[in-house]
Amino acid sequence: MLNFPLTIAAIALTALMPPGEAFALQEAGDPLGSARWGDMQKQVLPGATVIFDPRVKVIAPSVAENPMQVPVTIDATALPGVQEVLVFADFNPILQVLRFFPEEAKPFLGFRLKLQQSSPVRAAVRTADGVWHVGGTWVNTTGGGCTAPSAAAASPEWQKRLNEVSARQWSEGPNAGRIRLRIVHPMDTGLIAGTPAFHLEEINLTDSAGRRLMRLQTFEPVAENPVFTLQRQGGGDIEISGRDNNGNLLKARIAP
Amino acid sequence: MSGHLGRFLGVLLAGAALALSLRVAADDYRLRPQQIAPDVYAVIGATEDFDTRNGGNIVNSAFIVGSDGVVVIDSGPSLRYGQQLRQAIARVTDKPVALVINTHHHPDHFLGNQAFADVAIGALAETRTAIGTEGNAFAENLYRMSGSWMKGTEVLAPNRTLSAGALAVAGRRLRLLAFDGHTGADLAIFDEASGVLFAGDLVFNQRAPTTPHADIAHWLQSLTALEKITGERGFRVLLPGHGQPASDAAPIRQTRAWLEWLAARMNEAARAGLETNEVLALPLPPQFANMPMAVEEYRRSVGHLFPAAENAALGAAQ
Repeated sequence: MLNFPLTIAAIALTALMPPGEAFALQEAGDPLGSARWGDMQKQVLPGATVIFDPRVKVIAPSVAENPMQVPVTIDATALPGVQEVLVFADFNPILQVLRFFPEEAKPFLGFRLKLQQSSPVRAAVRTADGVWHVGGTWVNTTGGGCTAPSAAAASPEWQKRLNEVSARQWSEGPNAGRIRLRIVHPMDTGLIAGTPAFHLEEINLTDSAGRRLMRLQTFEPVAENPVFTLQRQGGGDIEISGRDNNGNLLKARIAP
Repeated sequence: MSGHLGRFLGVLLAGAALALSLRVAADDYRLRPQQIAPDVYAVIGATEDFDTRNGGNIVNSAFIVGSDGVVVIDSGPSLRYGQQLRQAIARVTDKPVALVINTHHHPDHFLGNQAFADVAIGALAETRTAIGTEGNAFAENLYRMSGSWMKGTEVLAPNRTLSAGALAVAGRRLRLLAFDGHTGADLAIFDEASGVLFAGDLVFNQRAPTTPHADIAHWLQSLTALEKITGERGFRVLLPGHGQPASDAAPIRQTRAWLEWLAARMNEAARAGLETNEVLALPLPPQFANMPMAVEEYRRSVGHLFPAAENAALGAAQ
């Protein structure tokens, strides 16, 4: 049913790409060979035009020591016209990890997530033409990341610092334009008896001219006390705002 | 026909014999105590990670044969290892085991305790507590990594608290040194008669150090104290927790060099604004590039240590 528009999209893209990369675009046949890919497409990207695209880089260690803090970097800067990026893990009990909309910022995001077992971690990137470009990588781990209690659950200390932001941006050197922020939050998945889901839901970064750099929607699998790494263009103050699913607000400013 | 059958049976029997010999081989750690000083023996493990081939024999255990008994230092990664260590001791001496010491709470150092259930097993107070709270999770992890070698292994926590100072045992005078840094409590032992310094996992030799419970600043302080002991007149041999014994402080200096480099790498990377995967992708410096387990331990150490460096660089309250 979707074959026709899919083929057109693939041909159109192929025409724009150097021949070496073009053959890597595929309509079907998950390059990660995951038995769950069919379900992923139905559940996460229903009805969408989807192609596997090596320009969507998902960087993560092939073996993750700590399933509660798996570092993942999404780099779609090689792909023009990125509107939206959805990150998901095939074998997690909660599939969607986060979604981000790079506006003035680059389509780049570093963060850490929880994995319940070894799984592909994927990014689906929507370009202006409505096509979803999918990249991903397998992460092997001993697992249990989604059903282990957060460190915060063991101590009431975090309540005093909930949504506290520590952040910095780099305006010089090889990482000029980089923004890093850490938010104190337990990010409880709700998969442990007696601990309801409690997680950040939305984070916005805006520059001093009021232009939005990036909007993030975050879900339960994002790791506790999330740390995000972004790449901006230009400089100046950044306003951070956001909230969790209980309505607790966060607000901070990052000076240049 | 009978020739065919005979050949078939022969192949079958050879196969069965091979399978049997492989099974026997998979039961046997082939522990070979080597004498490192008069009446002091070390059993040197591979400088590898736990796997189903080595069965977790990646650690050094040791024993001192005193005038009226044997002191065992670390019991290994499994019940089977503990049993075979005890057999290996019995091949050297018929004296009874007087005391088993667990240097710290990592599983390759205490999961052989069950084989010594009939004797005193001593450790620092914090080590006893940590084995009680974390021991089962460690054992589970080793079942996953070492496989059937772990059969029957259960946590047997130490039943005697040791503290810093002189300890007279088995006709031997030991100097117990309570440090920390590799874990929350790391016991080193100096045997006054032989001049052997048992450093536990405060010292690694030609094997990258592990850091899951490390406090690098404390660890470096402990190394300074250990190096002082190697300058004493009575010092003869240093036995690290992993890697070959040495007659000087070189393994201490190597462990220090790795830890100092690692801490500096974490702080510099965090201050430069790198994120975790970028830190993981940085190359190892030439002096460590060929050290066994360097790639693996660097990857793990980034996971253990980078978040704190990151917090500091972002100005977060810790």
